[in-house]
Amino acid sequence: MLYVAPLWPAGHLSRKGGDHSFLCRIRTITVLAKRTACLISPLAGEMAGRPEGGAKERSPMSLFAGLLAFILLALAILPAHAQSVEDLVRQLPDGSFSDRGRVVQALAATGDARIAPLLESLAAGDLNVIEETGRIVTTSGRGDTVTATDALTGEEIGEVASAGVERIRVNNSLRRAVRTAVGQLTLMSPDAGTRMSAARAMFQAANPDNVELLDEAIAQEENPAVLQIMQEARAVAILRSDAEPAAFAEAVDVIVARGDRQALGILQAALSSADADVTPTIDAGISAIQRHLQLLDVGQNVWYGISLGAVLLLAAIGLAITFGVMGVINMAHGEMVMLGAYTTFVVQNMIRASFPELFAWSLAFALPAAFLVTGLIGIAIERGVIRWLYGRPLETLLATWGLSLIIQQAVRTTFGASNREVSNPFWMSGTFDFYGIAITWNRFWIVIFALVVFAGLLFVLKRTSLGLQMRAVTQNRRMASSMGIRTPWVDAMTFGLGSGIAGLAGVALSQIDNVSPNLGQGYIIDSFMVVVFGGVGNLWGTLVGAMTLGVLNKFLEPYAGAVLAKIFILVFIILFIQKRPRGLFALKGRAVDA
Amino acid sequence: MITAFFYRALGAKLYWVVGLLLAAAILIPASNLLLPVGHTLRVPNYAVALMGKYLTYAMLALALDLVWGYVGILSLGHGAFFALGGYAMGMYLMRQIGSRGVYGNPDLPDFMVFLNWQELPWYWWGFDNFWFAMMMVMVVPGLLAFAFGWFAFRSRVTGVYLSIITQAMTFALMLAFFRNDMGFGGNNGLTDFREILGFSVQAPATRAGLFAATCVALAVSFVVCSAITKSKLGKIMISVRDAESRTRFIGYRPEYVKLFAFVVSAIIAGIAGALYVPQVGIINPGEFAPANSIEVVVWTAIGGRGTLVGPIIGAILVNYAKTWFTAAYPELWLFALGGLFVAVTLFLPKGIVGTIGDYFAGRRERKLVEASDTPPPDLPVMRPQNAESYRGETRPQPAE
Repeated sequence: MLYVAPLWPAGHLSRKGGDHSFLCRIRTITVLAKRTACLISPLAGEMAGRPEGGAKERSPMSLFAGLLAFILLALAILPAHAQSVEDLVRQLPDGSFSDRGRVVQALAATGDARIAPLLESLAAGDLNVIEETGRIVTTSGRGDTVTATDALTGEEIGEVASAGVERIRVNNSLRRAVRTAVGQLTLMSPDAGTRMSAARAMFQAANPDNVELLDEAIAQEENPAVLQIMQEARAVAILRSDAEPAAFAEAVDVIVARGDRQALGILQAALSSADADVTPTIDAGISAIQRHLQLLDVGQNVWYGISLGAVLLLAAIGLAITFGVMGVINMAHGEMVMLGAYTTFVVQNMIRASFPELFAWSLAFALPAAFLVTGLIGIAIERGVIRWLYGRPLETLLATWGLSLIIQQAVRTTFGASNREVSNPFWMSGTFDFYGIAITWNRFWIVIFALVVFAGLLFVLKRTSLGLQMRAVTQNRRMASSMGIRTPWVDAMTFGLGSGIAGLAGVALSQIDNVSPNLGQGYIIDSFMVVVFGGVGNLWGTLVGAMTLGVLNKFLEPYAGAVLAKIFILVFIILFIQKRPRGLFALKGRAVDA
Repeated sequence: MITAFFYRALGAKLYWVVGLLLAAAILIPASNLLLPVGHTLRVPNYAVALMGKYLTYAMLALALDLVWGYVGILSLGHGAFFALGGYAMGMYLMRQIGSRGVYGNPDLPDFMVFLNWQELPWYWWGFDNFWFAMMMVMVVPGLLAFAFGWFAFRSRVTGVYLSIITQAMTFALMLAFFRNDMGFGGNNGLTDFREILGFSVQAPATRAGLFAATCVALAVSFVVCSAITKSKLGKIMISVRDAESRTRFIGYRPEYVKLFAFVVSAIIAGIAGALYVPQVGIINPGEFAPANSIEVVVWTAIGGRGTLVGPIIGAILVNYAKTWFTAAYPELWLFALGGLFVAVTLFLPKGIVGTIGDYFAGRRERKLVEASDTPPPDLPVMRPQNAESYRGETRPQPAE
């Protein structure tokens, strides 16, 4: 009973519910019977009782028929494989590599659950034989004596002299045999994850001999994802055999449907050894995959571009507001981003110390905190410095540059010059697959976040009274002032809003970039480029500018390399400014001269 | 005519500056070389090199002042011209190493051997000759400035936009020079120089000679800038700075005026860079960093833009402060520099020299008024539009 228990997965039976046909059930049992036949001979009687316990809800009739088939099959196979698992394992060290390969296959055919780990340690070269007793063990430790463990039963044997232990040697063909054998063992495991990895292993090391095994596995597989991999593995196996053209073409179709680089490699390998009559099929398949891959490349680049564009948008959008409304070049904008990132760090530390259970939502606390901190600092800067410099944009630029140096150094003194660790919450780590394009979750959320911030800002500008006043001041400051708008107040609020949004950007960037005092420096020139390219005083210009530059950059990168791509972008912007000195979406009317 | 051009530049201020510089060019090397080590009046070797470096910075600030103080072009990329001049000089110095490099290759500089280059790229040809290298020191920054200015000024890119694209220019050049494939030594730049014109770069006498050459170059640049600003062209430059549109309507072509000033300024910056490299012993892409160019702006602003003496004083003062701070309180230097930026723009918009000049001018005026018995005629005061009276609520918009 012990031997069979893991082999007779309740899952297999229960997965096939009572509504399945009798034949189907027989097939299930047959498959299992084939694999278990050799070890049930001493236990046949005990074994016969097993289905009773395992499938109580079955009708007595079908149970009886199943049992009959089971026993018959077992009897039929018994003489051919009358060796026990122990005997087979003891044969592992002996004979040529190809003999041992057959032993491995036989071991796999037993279907014993202990075989898979044993074979894996064989492949890893961890399996040893004790020369006196012929016992197969795994050893640990070094020196004159090592600790040995029975490889099959897992029983502790204790210290043995290392001179009396010999490692079982493996070569590549044996390793391959082992890998296939393990694949067979696991292909019908009740655990979908195990089956999946087994199917993947089969796909990697496809062997024409596995086709039958895969057919069996496919017949009972119900999980669609696993089924697909199995079918692909089967197709690869067929491509490597000399099947008839029809089956071959079918297999090519399956591989083409997979459509990645691996599939391309498989088809190209198949092409070299294929007969003349199937060559056109494979050729067509290869070009189909290449088309698909090109499309995927474009898609992937577009995504990278959008993701970069979203980062640029976040960094630039606050700048666009202050630049657009106030005509102020805020060189300390990058430092506001950096302060936002550091606020995230501080908030995460506080939460970790006081409310560890809320840690997954630390960013939700960091966002308002960062907005407030940087917004207030922004208002302070406006009231303290910039207000005195209106009408002298170049000097504002210098003063804010000075402020940026001070802020940087202050952060360096407070937090140290090295990178601070900001952790990703669980819902921001990992990757997901979107029609073959790999998308990391943090990039995905940042794109969403950038768009949300953009929409929020648009709402503030178009639907609130502050936004109305800001737009009025942008268009005609003196007229707005004459109409009773308190322009200094609007300036302060605008600067606070722009800085606050930089802080929000900092929270987002802390998730994908190093949080160090130099964080902002890396973004300031890029954000300027976006604002200048997109045009001042127009949020849509910033959006279009950021996305264009992001996508352009990522499309140039494969051809020119990252640095050269960036240089091209800069030169492009310099030339673009000559053509449209006020950017893509220039503000029209009198405001232009202001 | 040329004599007249320079004759106009003459004045008390010019005599003072040139006299001081020439005195320094003679006295400091003399004291360094002739007096025995340990003598109280002897200028130590490191100080000669340090002062030489300051003076090249002063030249760079002077070049920036010519375009910012007199034409109103705030270039945030002047470091690029400086670095290009430096690279041209560095290339000459690299060729002088010859076969004495680590790899002993007579044809290729070390870093090219290291990168498995087979032959000298075409743009390194000719740099074995001193005269060619010196030509390039002026031609390369000049050409870049000409091309850049030609496009920018004709398209009437002004103010903040111009500042940002000059910054983009130096940033792009920095990225480009960081690449190994460019053939300029990549990250490490050019260094390990041995000889200049056959004299060892390390020798105190060569150092002293370079210092004297820097003094002379600065004096010559000062005279040239002074002559330009005092000429008729100089007047037009100032009018472009203060009211570009009005100048254009009168019939001048502001873009050519700007272009001229920009190119001259780039050439002066290039020469400064060329003098900088042998005294410091290295040139690397870090010199292109946008932050460096902005720092030059603050030297000029502190000294006083729109005065030619100001940037020289500003560059020397700020760099001396930097040397002192980074030795004494390294972590405070950025606070000090940042504070200087803010304080100067808020409280000293005309810089040190400009403020002092205003004070003296005001005193002269008061004296004149006191001297004359009749009170000044009570004429209605014509104030330019957009001036002080609008401060606060609305923003005056002078052409920058």
